[in-house]
Amino acid sequence: MVTINELTDDEFLLKGNSACAGCGATMAIRWVLKILGKDTVLVMPAGCVSVFQGMFPASAFGVPVVDSSFGAQSSFAAGLIAAYKIKGRRLKVVTLAGDGGTADIGLHAVSAAAERGDDVLYICYDNEAYMNTGVQRSSLTPYGAKTGTDPKGKLEWKKNLPLIMAAHNVTYVATASVGYPFDLMRKVKKAASLSGFRYIHILTPCPPGWGFSENLTAELGRLAVRCGIFPLFEVEGGKLTLHKVGSRIPVRKYLELQKRFEDLTEDQIQYIQKRVDEDLRYLEIIEKVTSEVKRDG
Amino acid sequence: MVEQVEVLTGNAAAAYGVKLSRAQVIAAYPITPQTTLVERIAEFIAKGELKAEYIKVESEHSALAACIGASLGGARAFTATSAQGLLLMQEMLFWAGYGRTPVVMAVVTRAIAPPWNMWSEHTDALAQRDTGWIQIFCHNNQEVLDTIIQAYKISEDKRVMLPVMVCFDGFEISHTAENVLVPEQSDVDSFLPPYNNDLIDVEKPKLLWNGVYPEDAFKFRFIFYEAAQRSLSVVEEVHYDFYSRFGRRYGAIEIYGECEPKVFLVAMGSVASSAKAAVDVLNREGYPVGLIRIRLFRPFPTFELQRAVEGAEALVILDRSLSFTRGILSTEVAGALYNAKWRPKIFEYIVGLGGAVVSHKSLVEAVKHLLARVDEKPKGVVWLKSEG
Repeated sequence: MVTINELTDDEFLLKGNSACAGCGATMAIRWVLKILGKDTVLVMPAGCVSVFQGMFPASAFGVPVVDSSFGAQSSFAAGLIAAYKIKGRRLKVVTLAGDGGTADIGLHAVSAAAERGDDVLYICYDNEAYMNTGVQRSSLTPYGAKTGTDPKGKLEWKKNLPLIMAAHNVTYVATASVGYPFDLMRKVKKAASLSGFRYIHILTPCPPGWGFSENLTAELGRLAVRCGIFPLFEVEGGKLTLHKVGSRIPVRKYLELQKRFEDLTEDQIQYIQKRVDEDLRYLEIIEKVTSEVKRDG
Repeated sequence: MVEQVEVLTGNAAAAYGVKLSRAQVIAAYPITPQTTLVERIAEFIAKGELKAEYIKVESEHSALAACIGASLGGARAFTATSAQGLLLMQEMLFWAGYGRTPVVMAVVTRAIAPPWNMWSEHTDALAQRDTGWIQIFCHNNQEVLDTIIQAYKISEDKRVMLPVMVCFDGFEISHTAENVLVPEQSDVDSFLPPYNNDLIDVEKPKLLWNGVYPEDAFKFRFIFYEAAQRSLSVVEEVHYDFYSRFGRRYGAIEIYGECEPKVFLVAMGSVASSAKAAVDVLNREGYPVGLIRIRLFRPFPTFELQRAVEGAEALVILDRSLSFTRGILSTEVAGALYNAKWRPKIFEYIVGLGGAVVSHKSLVEAVKHLLARVDEKPKGVVWLKSEG
């Protein structure tokens, strides 16, 4: 558990960065770094964060950052980890990438790092589209959402990346949302205490990309979890644990606050509700089946 | 100084070079004809003869990305590839070059598909000439081993800090065994000190490679350009240092046969080996022919080449590469000589693409044929077929 009293006053994502008002990613990263502390090096591909981190020679980060090419973050990190291993240097290597960098252009390298069991903490901040290039769809854009490249709304279901990562049999996989900061920080703390490949997938609502008011970021982060469209779970030692968060609400409550879903038909909303229910049931079955799994190390 | 004679293929010679250089991080993806090189390194590591981390990556793009990361962490990094793998790496090639990471890579040259072909051609390596890498072409196995060691010394020099490609022909060199003198580890250690340039400091956190505005970008490019310029003299220094310790002399170019001939053949890699045999025959028969072997392709040794060709009537360029309508070596040589005081005629030959044999006999015939017409104007690019 993490309580507010044990949080450091040190800031590692500094004020004055050029992120949009209400940016969910900045909230997540600020908390992640408060848990990880200064002996951390971030490896980061192109993405929103690589834009708002500042232009040379400025920096919005209080930890060293290596910018990689888009999709190469896991392999840059692999090299860095290998160098530290052979040199006997102890630094937490953290890859920080968006949904596009992780699920699309970087998936091969992320998968390879997971399969090798690289000693790295991988943080995916999922704002569900290519936001810094002006909102284009990624494989993690949800069904029905309008983007610059899907002006009539996306027709495909969101790729279930956390489960794909779990299927690599890595040390730790968790989903988290900026709607639940202490749950998020608890998971980061836990991941930091483990070794091997650790993956945390954080939902980071995006006011301009999703089309909602800047004061609703945390609220959207909560509603996404409560309606079941973004369930919170952990996978450790082959066991999946779902986190129930209050009573469930209909997905409509979540969708109707966002402009990207404004053209959804009633049928589509019903379809989303049905799929979300099915996906949750699927997770419950996995939870049940894996509850008896015993795996060492 | 004691050296052991071993019978080694080019790939094995490269692996010995890597071991003697004490590379610390290897990241590679298998591709023919590079495979036996990286397998040999894996064997060295497994036997404890080389203390290194071997990252088994899922692609060449990641292989070089991992080497860049390792280099940032202060480790000496190595990778190797060929053809398609080199092309897949291209984004990372620029990153390593402009990022000033001293990675060394063996490029076992191979033809690019389609059609699928795993034999040698230089187009793969030469197509990367603008990526910010120093490029050295070797023509025998001893040179491969020696050049890997030299490459780290050049690459890690503070005045340079640029990656180096050590290029050698697939199969003709990579899979052909020769006697190779393997230096003592202690001699290599005194030539090549350990690399320790860890750029990441948590006490002074910085962003590395974040966005720059145009004026800063222009400055960064100029800093790169200055390092690239300086690398030419550092290569010379390293060649001299290597010669003084190991007794084997290398240069940016090598002149073979007659020094002041009427005609110079110009070639790289294993084509130069065939050309040497052709020059031997031609010189024995009294033909005034020499060879200029280009060893250093990036930075291109413009002034050395200008000096070397003074007095020659013609150059016969043997190009194992193709850039649309001309060979890449030809355009490079022609460009280097444009402002020279002495400009010989240039006869351009395309040879050995896709691994086609470049026999010394075919070269002898071609040169004799040309010598009879050397006063005529060159008539464009000639494709030289070879009959075994």
